Formats: sequence, structure tokens, C-alpha cells
Amino acid sequence: MDSKITIKGLNLFFGKTQVLKGVNLDVYRNRISGFMGPSASGKSTLISVINKLVFFEEAVRTEGSVYIDGQNILGNGLSDVALRKKVGTLFATPIPLPRSIFENIAFGPKLNGTWKKSDLYAIVEESLTKAFLWDEVKDRLDDSALKLSGGQQQRLCLARTLALKPEIILLDEPCSGLDPISTLKIEEALAELKSEHTIILVSNNTKQIARACDFVAFLYLGELIEAGTTDKVFTYPDAKMTEDYIQGKFG
Amino acid sequence: MGKPHSSRETGIKWLLTLFALSSLLFLFVIFAFILAEGLPLFVKVGPGHIIFGMKWAPTKGHFGIFPMIVSSFMVTFGALVFGASLALACATYLSEYAGRKTKLFLKPALELLAGIPSVVYGFLGVVYIVPLIREYLGGPGFSILSTSLVLGIMILPTIISISFDALMSVPAGYREGSLAMGATKWQTVYRVVLPAARSGILASFILGMGRAIGETMAVIMVAGNALKIPTSLLDPLRTLTSNIALELAYATGDHRSALFSTGVVLLVIIMFLNLVANFWVKKRTAR
Repeated sequence: MDSKITIKGLNLFFGKTQVLKGVNLDVYRNRISGFMGPSASGKSTLISVINKLVFFEEAVRTEGSVYIDGQNILGNGLSDVALRKKVGTLFATPIPLPRSIFENIAFGPKLNGTWKKSDLYAIVEESLTKAFLWDEVKDRLDDSALKLSGGQQQRLCLARTLALKPEIILLDEPCSGLDPISTLKIEEALAELKSEHTIILVSNNTKQIARACDFVAFLYLGELIEAGTTDKVFTYPDAKMTEDYIQGKFG
Repeated sequence: MGKPHSSRETGIKWLLTLFALSSLLFLFVIFAFILAEGLPLFVKVGPGHIIFGMKWAPTKGHFGIFPMIVSSFMVTFGALVFGASLALACATYLSEYAGRKTKLFLKPALELLAGIPSVVYGFLGVVYIVPLIREYLGGPGFSILSTSLVLGIMILPTIISISFDALMSVPAGYREGSLAMGATKWQTVYRVVLPAARSGILASFILGMGRAIGETMAVIMVAGNALKIPTSLLDPLRTLTSNIALELAYATGDHRSALFSTGVVLLVIIMFLNLVANFWVKKRTAR
């Protein structure tokens, strides 16, 4: 199996507090990997290292390395901006920019120098289609994105991420505020998207992880307890703690 | 709730209502007073003579304040060009780039600027800015330029603190989303944060403008108070406010009324600016 991301001996500190403790993990190409664990397990912090947004916090220090396609992103080789064009992120609360639906998706491509209306339109249509939103908004692309429902806003945020053609998509509890039907639509979209992207899904919902993911990593208080295929971890977990978490004995 | 309590509660409510209304009463009294003193002259010599008249010789029947209206707008505009750009840069730095500790120290320090009495600003202007302009750029030094600089500094705290609040109220998710889409920090600030805070920033400019147009003491000290339309940045000028402050002590009869007419014009201009500012702020909160 082909690794897209390889994390080696990753420690992360906020000031004196250690939030990630010696994490070693492979994330495989064209698969959906789930990160699960109770709150303060470090799963969200881990993905904010992969997109390097964590470095906007104060007093952050890391040790170890994170390789994407063999290049250490914590080294000096790759600029943060270039990295974030490779790695798209979807947040827990969908917050579209206060612009039209069209402009929200065109924002990223415009930053990259695509200004021709017809090119932008093609990107917008393609991205919205992949995010399962095109049919619902194709007649009102110029409406404010803030008028969409929560579930639609999250799919809009997925679409604007897709517009950048990222190799990796990080989803930080993308369905925590959504109803079951909207959640299902996001999961459907992800299943289609994995043929072209490497996907990491962070979720508190173990059922969602079991449904949507090929691989799963279980974190607890900043340590990686266990990682493997979803079938393996959910049926024969190595660690007692993993078993307890999956069965809902703590969380 | 017990009976004795509720009658006391009602009493307190009425008392507070009365106090609250009294401030409205002050506003009304000021308006009525200035209009009563100033309007008769408008009727007597005609509003055109006052507003568009070029000559101010109130003891000889010339009540033209057009040069002062123009001068007031000129220095206000100058103050905005200088002060607003500096203040916006400052607010942007504070909200987007400064660390938490810098923010904690700088914000109150800048707000201290608002507490310095205007006579001190005027004093510094006379002692430093006016001589510098006279020496290096020519003219008397008392000028549009010196007045604009002093006013520009005076409006900094107003604009900084209001536009800072506007920038801080932009949801963190806008910044996160923009950065996650591969925008640089500056692209995020310029294309997402500043536009999102636009109406608050505009409102801060207008409030700063109101402060600049109403300032009197510092302006008297650095403007030179000449009675003509200035034709260069280095010419002295007299504003509406300084006109009232300079002459009221010895004015009688129509001269005195003319000063109140100046006040009416000033009041109308400031009311208009406040209305526009309120409109913008309302539009922002309604969104």
C-alpha cells in the first residue's frame, strides 16, 4: 500500500503543554482515513499540523517530521501557501465568506491567477457537482452564500476546497452540526472523491468512522493508541482501550 | 413579588426614565437655543448671503462665511487623508498581526491619545509643526497643512478603536477558510477581512471626520485664522468653529447673531455626518 503522508515521531507543544506525543502514522493514497478519539485526544491538532494552520496559534513548537510524498513539510522546502494548495481543509462549522455562492468557490482559483469568467464557471460547476450541491444552487449562483442552509454551506465549503484540486482533503468533524441526511450527502461525496484524493476524516462519531473510512487511527491524550484497517480495528482491536472507546464505555 | 417592593420598583423606573429623558432635553434645548439666535439673521439677510458670501465683516453688515465652510472641509479632508490611513494601518496591525501581549499593551496606550486635552495638541503644533513648515516649506507655517496634521493625530484614537472593533468582530472562520484555501496572510487581510469590516471602518472614518470638523482649540492655535479661501496647502485659514470661539467674547447685535448662524451651519453639517454614520453602523448590525 502506498503512503501519501508519513508522520514520524511527531511531538507538539503549546507552550509547556504537550499535545501530541510521539505520533507515528501512515496515511494511504486514495483512501479515507479516520482519526477518532475523545476530546483533547489531539486528533484535530494532528490535522492542523498537516495543513500547518496550527502555527497561527501562539507558542507552538514541534519535533519530528511529517512527510507528504516524501517531502518533510515541517522543514523549509515547501511554503505554507504551496502546502495549503495541496492540502484542502473543511472545518467543523461551515463558514462561507460573505459573498455569493459563485465568488466563494472562485476565491481560491482567483488567488492562483484564474480570472477568465468561463474558466471560473467551469471550475465552479465541476466543484459543486462533485460536492453534490450543483442541482440545488445552479439557478442562484449569485445569491449570498450565507442564505444557504447549514448542510448546504458545508457542501459549499467542500466545493470551494475541491476547486483548488487538492491532493489531500482534511475534514475536521465536518458533520458535527449537520442533520443525518446532510451527513449522508457528505459521506456519499467523500466516497466518490477518494478515487482522486487522499482523505482524512476526523470525527467523534465512531459509527460514521466505521461507515465511511477504510483505515482508522485511535488517539487518546495525544498518543496514537492503535491504527489499522477499519475492519480490523472495529472487530479485533489490539488495545483494550480502543475496544472500550468503540463500545462507548468512555468518550 | 411583594407589594411594597413593586411600588419602589416603579418609583425607580420612573426616576431613571426622567433622567434618561433629561439628556434628550439638553439636546433639544441646545438646538432650540442656537436656532432661535441664529435663524433670524438668515431670514433678515437671506441664507445665500451667509452661506455663499465671501466677505466676513460683521460690524459692517457682511456676514459671508463661505471661506470658513470651505476651510473647515479642507482641513477635515486633510486630517482624514493623513489620520485615517495611519489609523487604519494601525488597527489592521493590531487586530491581524500583533501578538496577544502587544495588543494588550498597545490598545490602551493608543486610547490614551484620546484623553490628551486638545490645547496640548495645539501647543505641540505651534511649538513644533508650525515652525518646521515655515522653515522648510515656506509661508507663515500656520496653514492647512499644519492644521490637517494636528487634526489627523487627534482623530487617530477614534478611528483606530472603532475600526479595530470592526476588524475583531470579523468571524475567525473567514480568516481560517481563506488561509486554508491557500491565500497568504496579506491576501486574507486585504481580500476577506477588510471587506468584511468595511461598513464599520467607514463609520469610524465618519466619526473621526465629525471630531475633526468640530475641533476648535487646537485649530485656533495652528490655523492662523485668516479670513480668505486658502489657495495653497501653506495658506492660513479660519474654520467655522474657530470663528465662533474667537469673536463671541466681544460680539453684539447682528455680529453676535452671525456667530450663531455659523453655529447653525456647523450643527447641520455635524448632524448630517452623524446620521450617515448611524445608518452605516445599523446596516452592519442588521446583516
